[in-house]
Amino acid sequence: MSTADVCAAILWTGVTLYAIFGGADFGAGVWDFLAGTGERATRVRAQIDRSIGPVWEANHVWLIFVLVVLWTAFSEAFSAIFSTLYIPLALAALGIVLRGAGFAFRHALPGPVQRPATRVFGFASVITPFFLGTVVGAIASGEVPAQGDGDPTASWTGFLPLTTGILFVLVAAYTAAVFLVRDSGAAGDRDLRRYFERRALAAAVVAGAAAVVGVIALHADGRYVYDGLTSWPGIALVILSALCGLVALFLLVTGRNYGLRAAAIGAGAAVLWGYFAAAFPYILPTSLTISQAAGASATLTAVIIVFAAAAVTVIPSLILLYVLSQRQALDGGYSASSEATSPRQ
Amino acid sequence: MPNVVPLLADSSSNLLAARTQMGFTLGFHIVLACLGVAFPAVMLIAEWYGRRKNDAEALRLARNWSKAVAVLFAVGAVTGTVLSFEFGLLWPRFMDRFGDAFGIAFGIEGIFFFLEAIFIAIYIYGWDRLSPRAHMLSAIPIVISGIGGAFSVIAANAWMNQPQGFDLDAAGNVTNVRPFEVLFNPATGYEFFHMFLAAYIITGFLVASVYAVGMLRGRRDRYHRLGFLIPFTVAAIATPIQLFVGDTAARAVADDQPAKFAAMECIYKGGTDQTEYLGGRCVDGEVKGGIGIPGLDSFLVGFSKDTYVTGLNQIPDDQEPPALTTLHLSFDAMVGIGTGLFLLAVWFAITWWRRRDLPSTRWFLRISAVAGVAAVVALWCGWIVTEVGRQPWIVNGFMRTSDAVTPAQGIWWVFGVTISLYLALGVIAVTVLRALSRRWQENAPDPEIPYGPPPSERSEAAA
Repeated sequence: MSTADVCAAILWTGVTLYAIFGGADFGAGVWDFLAGTGERATRVRAQIDRSIGPVWEANHVWLIFVLVVLWTAFSEAFSAIFSTLYIPLALAALGIVLRGAGFAFRHALPGPVQRPATRVFGFASVITPFFLGTVVGAIASGEVPAQGDGDPTASWTGFLPLTTGILFVLVAAYTAAVFLVRDSGAAGDRDLRRYFERRALAAAVVAGAAAVVGVIALHADGRYVYDGLTSWPGIALVILSALCGLVALFLLVTGRNYGLRAAAIGAGAAVLWGYFAAAFPYILPTSLTISQAAGASATLTAVIIVFAAAAVTVIPSLILLYVLSQRQALDGGYSASSEATSPRQ
Repeated sequence: MPNVVPLLADSSSNLLAARTQMGFTLGFHIVLACLGVAFPAVMLIAEWYGRRKNDAEALRLARNWSKAVAVLFAVGAVTGTVLSFEFGLLWPRFMDRFGDAFGIAFGIEGIFFFLEAIFIAIYIYGWDRLSPRAHMLSAIPIVISGIGGAFSVIAANAWMNQPQGFDLDAAGNVTNVRPFEVLFNPATGYEFFHMFLAAYIITGFLVASVYAVGMLRGRRDRYHRLGFLIPFTVAAIATPIQLFVGDTAARAVADDQPAKFAAMECIYKGGTDQTEYLGGRCVDGEVKGGIGIPGLDSFLVGFSKDTYVTGLNQIPDDQEPPALTTLHLSFDAMVGIGTGLFLLAVWFAITWWRRRDLPSTRWFLRISAVAGVAAVVALWCGWIVTEVGRQPWIVNGFMRTSDAVTPAQGIWWVFGVTISLYLALGVIAVTVLRALSRRWQENAPDPEIPYGPPPSERSEAAA
């Protein structure tokens, strides 16, 4: 493995963490958007606040991490992607602004503005993963030329990019629902657990169907990646992903919490690394390889060192944050479900 | 020919649009960045003081400030993300060519941003839930991350002013990058200290100004007094040091970036015994309407009237910075405001030393009330000098901004959307902060803040 490959793996680690944890935060916004009104909707939104409130900002930093590693280690690919896909990227940035502001301020604003802020948060949570998905789909379909300045509209409005966009929203919603099942279960709220359980199952079915369409689209528009996913080692990761998905479904249906989140995370991570293996050695299939896009060698070494430094400082801190928020030390021993009802009446 | 003209008009309009967009979003973010760097330190000082002296009011301030920090951090995280997108959306050719030279600075910044985001969440959630000791410890990574993050971002900017630590091969590609030389380029030192102090000065005066207004409205309790004194003292300590650092920085710019220096001082003709102009417009090769002090400019640059200072006549026309009057007035405004803030700090220090109290005249509070905004104006002026003064280069001497800009159309539309969005964001942030402050005055429970505990829990606590 060359240093460029190591940097690509670091980049993809960031993508994976953002897709799963950042994705779950967007997915929670999707459920918030669909929650409607009434007493239960209030409880749903309160659970969403409790689950993502302490972690969403930290999760969001993975996106910055991905951008920085991309422009530092693979500046040619960064420039090619941004000079071609600037429309979906600008719209994703808009979504990120609206989501962040909507979520951060929806309860802090004066009464009459709270509901619009909540709608903004929900709507932005739907469009952001969609547009980020179209970017990934456009890259997978080979629509981003190595020298950049590809077609600004046709590149991301094809069958594969649009399917990928929809798939991203559905998978984010599914992951979020699973996390929320687990969190409301841990909080002892049976009713809310069932609520998210039904949605997790529905999202799993719809996302599964969309994934089938995605495979057809990949076969048509992204042949290189398709071939990689249907041969060793890509196929092994696809099978692993499917197995994790089935385990998660089993745990959901049988009402168990233990291992549920791990299974959902495993399903997402395995398919993402399946893509990585399938696209290898390309960063932009099939116009730019990882080694072609790689920057100066000292820079690649520096990226690896920075990542190692991040691993020893950020990851323990992140774990501390997750543990504190999960143990609800940060949440003041907040627990019983009955207390959670209709707080804002 | 008829085909060429609109094409040229298009690309220069794109450049203007991209620069306007970048300038506006940076100008917005930089205020939040300053508060993100220094406000947690001010908040920690209040908590430390409160716990040491068992002062409930200081602790109440620390707790309230931590909520303001959360609001500002949430907005800053969003506007910072926009900036990282803009690197690619507006300047793809710059990133393509030089991303691997200076990008690593942002990698380091990423770590600090991460730690800041994590520990702000822990700190905010940790009031009453962590032991006092653990809670104060959780603020230390926030303060350190602020300093480290500022250093990394400033190092990247300093590199654009003083690029080094790389070679160019025959095709013009960056090779042989030396990360340490990139990070510690000649401009990093003075730019960092200047900006680091600026963050503490802006935060100090801005936070103090809120309480100055409160005191002018008659709320002269201990809470307001401490709320004024803690941040004001921080700013008052930083300001004299800033005069020294700023002066050093200006001399370094005269040596390293003579075109920028000539533009900001409006020096048309190189030579010794240069006149220092205070104010004035730079037109037709001379300064009109300013106050000229003969020989002072040379003296400031080299402590002697015989010091040679480069003039704009020695800079090739196509490498001359634009908007000379704006640059000159921005520089003078920054120095003028800085000097004014220094005098305000001296006034405070003398009064405090003589009778352990604030100056009793209302004028002191009135001036303090505008000092915060004045400090922000000085910050903007300083950045105009740094960034506009480097034009036409994006990487000084290596790449022109016009060669870095995207050919993509529609930037003015994006700018229109950005203005309305940021305006809304600004209004929301101020509305939320005002709502918080009103509730603190009424001792009512807070509205929910980012990273804050859920409302249900709060209503139980209030019950």
